[in-house]
Amino acid sequence: MQATASLNHPAASTSVSDTYNYKIVRQFAVMTVVWGIVGMLVGVIIAAQLIWPDLTMGIPFLSYGRLRPLHTNAVIFAFGGSALFATSYYVVQRTCQTRLLSDGLAALTFWGWQVIIVLAAITLPLGFTSGKEYAELEWPIDILIAVVWVAYAIVFFGTIMKRRTQHIYVANWFYGAFIITVAVLHIVNSAAMPAEVLKSYSAYSGVQDAMIQWWYGHNAVGFFLTAGFLGIMYYFVPKQAERPVYSYRLSVVHFWALIFTYMWAGPHHLHYTALPDWAQSLGMIFSLVLLAPSWGGMINGIMTLSGAWHKLRDDPILKFLIVSLSFYGMSTFEGPMMSIKTVNSLAHYTDWVVGHVHSGALGWVAFISIGAMYYLIPRVFGLRQMYSVPLISLHFWIATLGVVLYIASMWIAGVMQGLMWRAVNTDGTLTYTFAESVKASYPYWTIRLIGGVMFFSGMLIMAYNVFKTVSAGKAYDAPIPQDLPAGSTPMPAFAKAASPAQGD
Amino acid sequence: MTEHLTALWHWYVTIATIVSLIACAIFLKMQTTRRLPKGEKAELHGNVWDEDLAELNNPLPNWWRWLFYITLIFSALYLLFFPGLGAFGGKLGWSSTGQYQAEVKQAEAEFGPLFAKFEKTDVPTLAKDAQATAMGQRLFLNYCAQCHGSDAAGGKGFPNLKDKDWLYGGDPAAILATLNNGRAGVMPAMIDAVGGEEGVKEVVSYVRSLSGLKHDAALAAKGQAKFAICAACHGQDGKGMRALGAPNLTDNIWLYGSPEETIAESIRHGRNNNMPAQLERLGPAKLHLLTAYVWGLGGGEPPIATEPAAPTVPAEAPPAAAAPATASAAPTKK
Ligand code: HEC
Ligand code: HEC
Ligand code: HEM
Ligand code: HEM
Repeated sequence: MQATASLNHPAASTSVSDTYNYKIVRQFAVMTVVWGIVGMLVGVIIAAQLIWPDLTMGIPFLSYGRLRPLHTNAVIFAFGGSALFATSYYVVQRTCQTRLLSDGLAALTFWGWQVIIVLAAITLPLGFTSGKEYAELEWPIDILIAVVWVAYAIVFFGTIMKRRTQHIYVANWFYGAFIITVAVLHIVNSAAMPAEVLKSYSAYSGVQDAMIQWWYGHNAVGFFLTAGFLGIMYYFVPKQAERPVYSYRLSVVHFWALIFTYMWAGPHHLHYTALPDWAQSLGMIFSLVLLAPSWGGMINGIMTLSGAWHKLRDDPILKFLIVSLSFYGMSTFEGPMMSIKTVNSLAHYTDWVVGHVHSGALGWVAFISIGAMYYLIPRVFGLRQMYSVPLISLHFWIATLGVVLYIASMWIAGVMQGLMWRAVNTDGTLTYTFAESVKASYPYWTIRLIGGVMFFSGMLIMAYNVFKTVSAGKAYDAPIPQDLPAGSTPMPAFAKAASPAQGD
Repeated sequence: MTEHLTALWHWYVTIATIVSLIACAIFLKMQTTRRLPKGEKAELHGNVWDEDLAELNNPLPNWWRWLFYITLIFSALYLLFFPGLGAFGGKLGWSSTGQYQAEVKQAEAEFGPLFAKFEKTDVPTLAKDAQATAMGQRLFLNYCAQCHGSDAAGGKGFPNLKDKDWLYGGDPAAILATLNNGRAGVMPAMIDAVGGEEGVKEVVSYVRSLSGLKHDAALAAKGQAKFAICAACHGQDGKGMRALGAPNLTDNIWLYGSPEETIAESIRHGRNNNMPAQLERLGPAKLHLLTAYVWGLGGGEPPIATEPAAPTVPAEAPPAAAAPATASAAPTKK
């Protein structure tokens, strides 16, 4: 159980500039676990509210409509966001072999982001919302987000600029694309006319507003929940597998194809609406084109393991990382299928969409974040591994079962709802009332709740393991290796002659 | 929908789309390298980061490249047949509006006669017809149950349609009028008229006494004196007035409820209730079936032979216009 041998601590004489800034990584890593628990607890509560609508006794700020956006904001921006900050700061320093551009600005991003999360956790339950999904926060908070994001971009790209390696590692392309695009998306979609301190009106109206919202919404999926996490994948999978990335070329092609194609796909959220037909069609076809670029990332991650498959058997961190890629592949296959208009006419408004969301959100986003945290947390606390590896295994199995129950129940419920809603009698009247489809959904909502509770319990196990690890270790800032050959990065012993460097 | 596109936008969208699809294909072709012969292993790409991070230079997997090409080819074909390239509507001439209209037309042709055949039959006869009742019930469950409940027994603020107590009348013509045009039941806030909270208490006691509920006799006596202002709508005897939808207060059947606090709420703030009009949405044939269904639920009143012009409205009733005039004031006071 006890497996916490210390890394060699550097001589006490090293000055700050000789070490990586791990403090910011530690802060965000711990908050990843904290916000993960908070966000998923709210998820469990709203899942229970769908079964017992009076669960929170009619208290307005605990009502479903207020807690649902709290859930989505907490899991995406607090949990996912903290994981992205923690890993990107860790990865960019280590792969650029240099300390962050500015410790002060980095600290600003940490405290700024926490303030934003707390403000969200206060204003959303009180009912302050701009009404745009995943962009509910009101304008003063939006401005704060923009400020923090600009600071993040300066720290990240500044660190890249002062890198001591010659080339920019692929993980950083994805983090970079994520940071730039999220800035653009946030600023364009949140443009609004303030009416009061906590009330504003969108700068757009009608179908244009809807189109901008889902251009934002889908690219939030594509860049916040995908590109950023692909950045995590490209560092932590080869590190944990101790294998080189499968294909440099594939990473180039799928990177450009992914960021290019995602931009077009938003209209698949607006099929059969007032959006003009031509725009709906373009959204649909580019969603189909998106399949291959998405799978490129999955292939590159999974194939990185070739030659080391046996490691999967007894390394639970690798299990988290590789299973997350399988879920990524699954949800990015499912997504293009759901974008086909005829399929969407069945899936839209049903729990199928919720199942798709969580196969991406739990299976991909949460799994890869959890795996990365198990790798990273001991290292920034001066340890070789987590307090307990068996507990990571336990977490893995309970979480996997939880996701499977969640997604499978939502698929069945979703298809059932879609079929019930379109069933007609011989006289053309609907066979089922809406309330009947709600009633028929209860068993599946119960299974989803069980799955959610399991996933949540896994997070509690993680919290315990992290707590024990942090107590056993102490804050550690790794020294920056100084041995850089002039001009180029060193080649390891196993490297053959360099192939012609092309395309980077 | 395409008519919204100016020529400039049309060409912009068209060219951007075509160039994008072709550019994807060219990029993919450019990045396609020699396939590795059997047995040969991919080389490392050449750079190393963070001690041991390296990249192999495997060629793009073949099946993956073809997957990519196939989606591009499918997209090009789709755009040939369906709207997508700006104002070009596609070879098939399909549009979502067109599809909708065609489906509605087909449904009308198929189902219209089923409903039309009942239009000539009078309500009491229809109510005994098993097929008509089954169809009426299905319509009710689809369009009415969300407010009136699937058993039509109503809920707070939503009248029970099974009993003999009617706000607006239970004969076929009255029910049909309710469905056709909807109803707006409006009672103004009466707290000032009855003399503040104390007055409310008194009138509440009196209203409860009308239904034989537990009440303070002394307060009720005072309330009775004040009931005159209520009588304009609820009638001198408190039995209500159908022309206004003012409920009968003597039958112990409640729209909102009998607890003192609920009655006090009605008096203090007034009420503003709405039954949405259905004619435009469902058409006369379906409403005729629905009328029969509601009428047959148990509370139907015999048809009134001649169309009642206004005989149910007593002469001293306030003009109907008085109610809507107060309607706008009522909700803001809530
Ligand atoms: C949005 C909610 C809603 C829907 C949908 C609705 N109703 Fe109503 N209905 C009401 C309300 C509220 C009233 C009471 C109006 C008032 O108090 O003035 C009412 C009143 C009525 C009455 C008059 C009852 C009386 O006592 O005189 C009838 C009859 C009726 N509804 C039938 C129907 C039928 C049939 C449908 C389906 C086509 C339907 N309603 C759909 C809300 C609704
Ligand atoms: C302008 C006409 C009008 C006047 C005056 C009026 N009412 Fe009403 N009252 C109505 C109408 C109409 C309704 C039904 C409201 C609805 O459909 O929601 C109603 C509803 C009520 C109800 C609710 C009944 C239930 O079943 O829950 C009570 C109690 C009541 N009135 C009492 C009074 C009293 C007491 C007064 C005098 C102080 C009064 N009303 C004066 C029109 C009036
Ligand atoms: C214990 C784990 C979780 C549970 C029990 C849970 C539960 C729920 C529930 C009940 C809903 C509302 C569904 C509805 O309205 O019908 C929801 C929505 C959502 N959740 Fe979760 N969730 C969990 C974890 C997560 C995570 C980790 C993420 C993201 C990283 C996430 C992202 C979302 C999103 C984006 C939505 C909105 C979906 C939509 O609008 O279609 N959830 N969740
Ligand atoms: C190729 C990739 C993908 C495509 C083409 C795609 C497509 C779709 C489609 C068609 C919908 C349903 C829209 C509707 O009917 O309302 C949807 C919803 C959604 N997807 Fe995906 N998806 C993809 C990948 C992902 C991934 C990886 C995630 C998460 C990490 C994700 C998160 C979501 C969310 C959160 C929604 C719900 C949006 C809402 O609130 O309505 N998607 N997606």
